[in-house]
Amino acid sequence: MYLVVTLWADLNPMEKESLEPERMDTDEVNPKSGSEKMAEHKADRKQIRERKLSALSRRELLKLTPVLALGAFAVPRFQKSLLKKGLGISDWVSARMFRTGHLAPTFGDSDVTRFEKFPINDYDVDDPGVILENWSLAVSGLVKKPGEYTLDQVQVLPLVRQNTRHVCVEGWDVIGRFGGARLSDFLSVIGADSTARFVSVKCADDYYESLDMATALHPQTLLCYEMYDRPLTREHGAPLRLNVPTKIGYKQAKYLTDLKVTNVLEKVGYWEDQGYSSFYGL
Amino acid sequence: MGSAVVEIVRVRGDETESIGRAAYEHPLIVRLCHWVNAIALFVMVGSGLQIFRAFPSFGAKIPQHDLLHWPKAFAIGGWLGGALQWHLTFMWIYMATGLIYLGYQLFSGNYRQVMFTHRDIPGAWPVVKHYFFRGPKPELGEAYNSLQKQAYTTVIILGVLSVLTGLAIWKPVQFSWLAWLMGGFHWARLWHFIVMWVMLGFVFGHLVMVILHGWNNFASMLTGWKKDPEY
Repeated sequence: MYLVVTLWADLNPMEKESLEPERMDTDEVNPKSGSEKMAEHKADRKQIRERKLSALSRRELLKLTPVLALGAFAVPRFQKSLLKKGLGISDWVSARMFRTGHLAPTFGDSDVTRFEKFPINDYDVDDPGVILENWSLAVSGLVKKPGEYTLDQVQVLPLVRQNTRHVCVEGWDVIGRFGGARLSDFLSVIGADSTARFVSVKCADDYYESLDMATALHPQTLLCYEMYDRPLTREHGAPLRLNVPTKIGYKQAKYLTDLKVTNVLEKVGYWEDQGYSSFYGL
Repeated sequence: MGSAVVEIVRVRGDETESIGRAAYEHPLIVRLCHWVNAIALFVMVGSGLQIFRAFPSFGAKIPQHDLLHWPKAFAIGGWLGGALQWHLTFMWIYMATGLIYLGYQLFSGNYRQVMFTHRDIPGAWPVVKHYFFRGPKPELGEAYNSLQKQAYTTVIILGVLSVLTGLAIWKPVQFSWLAWLMGGFHWARLWHFIVMWVMLGFVFGHLVMVILHGWNNFASMLTGWKKDPEY
């Protein structure tokens, strides 16, 4: 409110100060000869008293004090919560920007980065030693059919193959070829409550992640078991990983072991819980 | 609009003495936006360079050829996650000041004081010549000379471009058309980087000019009032 008032009042301080009386005043006190009057007419300027200008300038300077509020970012006590708030606003806006029907760009086969040049990024180990023969996905939470699901149960769902861009939070990007079942198809198989807010996953290497439901239901969000038309290699997350072209790289969790549909996230994700964006939609 | 020059007078008893001139050049909104935006730009550049440190290249990830190693001491945020927090927080402040400034300039008509138009083209070169000691100082009839208008107009365009290129990197899917216009995500990132350096070029020139033009000029961005303007 203060800002609005001062800003409007400030549009032209000259008008506000109304210098006319002052000029008349000086004219009265100091009657001028004809030639002096001629000279003044030539200049024909409004006058302002030195002291008045100083006071006016000081007041104008003081009106800049709201700028100092930014100094709160330099105070260690406030810094963390202010930045958390700022990131929260960005995430909130991001979630609103997300359009369920809008597809991420797809690319021709000639644009795809060669498989050897597709980076392998882990937070821990390249291969957490998943025993592929015994592997199953533990499904829990707000679903009608919880329990263990085998890879076959995922692979009977329609196979979707897509050449999409994988963007790392570090700044690099590659175009990869991914194949798998739509997560939305799998969610209907397990009878997930699609009004729930999140789908969270756990991984064989203790990594964990979560997706908002809108993203989980996006047609390009895959439970991915193929890259470059071949079964996932161990380094790329065998036997099952997430491929989410509408999200940043760290959301594409590998070596999935658990999937939970939930309204409450105890933890958001491995990197998110260290201060990275929770939503990070592209 | 514009800045009407007034006479500063000292009144002692019956004597009225003219001791100089002054003009109100910078409305409060402009000054507020200028300083908040200057701080925001500082944070955006500092945190942006820390983000860049995570992958200081514009080529492939494999093999990675680094473009330059930016020292951590000249970056903000300490680590990638921290820098992103600063960047994604101050971008709102940066954009808000830009939008308020542009809105005010258009609404109030104050843009006429600073916007570079075709009428300023002939006047710009003599100013350049003067700055390089190759000509006399051109007469000034208003708050800004042609070259200043050119610089201040360009930096506004750069500001808009910095937001658009940033948006293309941050949301290459939702704004895929924007990223496409820039040649894809990969190129948008490069454009974002280039726009930053051009802006820093402006900031450098701007600071040099501020130093060269002395206190009255600097103080006018604080109080709005410029004492003894050239016109």
